[in-house]
Amino acid sequence: MAQDHDHHHDHPGHAHGSSLTPIEARVRALESLLLEKGYVEADALEALIEMYETRIGPHNGARVVARAWTDPAYRERLLADGTPAIAELGIGGRGGEHMVVVENTADSHNLVVCTLCSCYPWPVLGLPPVWYKAPPYRARAVIDPRGVLAEFGLTLPEATRITVWDSTAETRFMVLPLRPAGTESLSEAELAALVTRDSMIGTGVPLAPEAGR
Amino acid sequence: MTATWRSDEPGPFAEPWEAQVFALVVALQERGLFTPEEWAHALGRTLRPEGKPEAAADYGRWLATLETLLAERGVTDSASVQARSDAFLRAAAATPHGEPIRLANDPHPSP
Repeated sequence: MAQDHDHHHDHPGHAHGSSLTPIEARVRALESLLLEKGYVEADALEALIEMYETRIGPHNGARVVARAWTDPAYRERLLADGTPAIAELGIGGRGGEHMVVVENTADSHNLVVCTLCSCYPWPVLGLPPVWYKAPPYRARAVIDPRGVLAEFGLTLPEATRITVWDSTAETRFMVLPLRPAGTESLSEAELAALVTRDSMIGTGVPLAPEAGR
Repeated sequence: MTATWRSDEPGPFAEPWEAQVFALVVALQERGLFTPEEWAHALGRTLRPEGKPEAAADYGRWLATLETLLAERGVTDSASVQARSDAFLRAAAATPHGEPIRLANDPHPSP
């Protein structure tokens, strides 16, 4: 997605030249000034983009969840102190310096939001989806979590207790969802394939075993 | 796993410029120009303009926040960003379709 694409094809008035939108020009301006002043390096910028477009994403968090489902001692370490347990799987770094993992149970459900802006556990989930950054979710996740979950297609029993966690730049939360029924015979990798991004934010639950295979 | 990653968006960035803004912010944080906490609070302020409804934390607001922080730290100011931005727009118009847009193609560079 981030390869150079300088040309917009919907401006017939500029058929002989190229065009940039005002915001594209502004970003290029800022980038070129920062490069000139030596604050950033072009190679490092490219590497960062490549990393977040291809290597860092919810598949990392899914590995953590699958390990916790299959290894009780790991699950305990993960819930006691998230960051080092996640680092055991080689996952960590910026945006995950202080990770707290909260566990769903048969009668309790957890939901994660950032009411201030868009703080999100990058190493395990990648960058947040658009809805996570939008005012309706930021505001309503706290006021009406049950209503928000229903809009995501998740209706929980009345008796289920819902706890909402507000991520910040300092502390970022991730949900350890409930392991789906009927998955006793699955391998760790097969389990990881059932773990959706939304199930680790709390706006969803893992896939049923048939759907994930 | 691919299915969950792509559940509602093709990737983390809708446009290349969004990726560029993201990379600039992270690179400057790592260089120590501002901390993640300072960034979150500055972004939080951008999202809450006085007398207006709260805005989405999208990459347009990241850009605005970055410009504000850079001006506060004396790294760039809005006039030089605007001048450079205008130069890129002129360079684009003077660049044949299909070729990379370079600042050197600006037909009227400022002194």
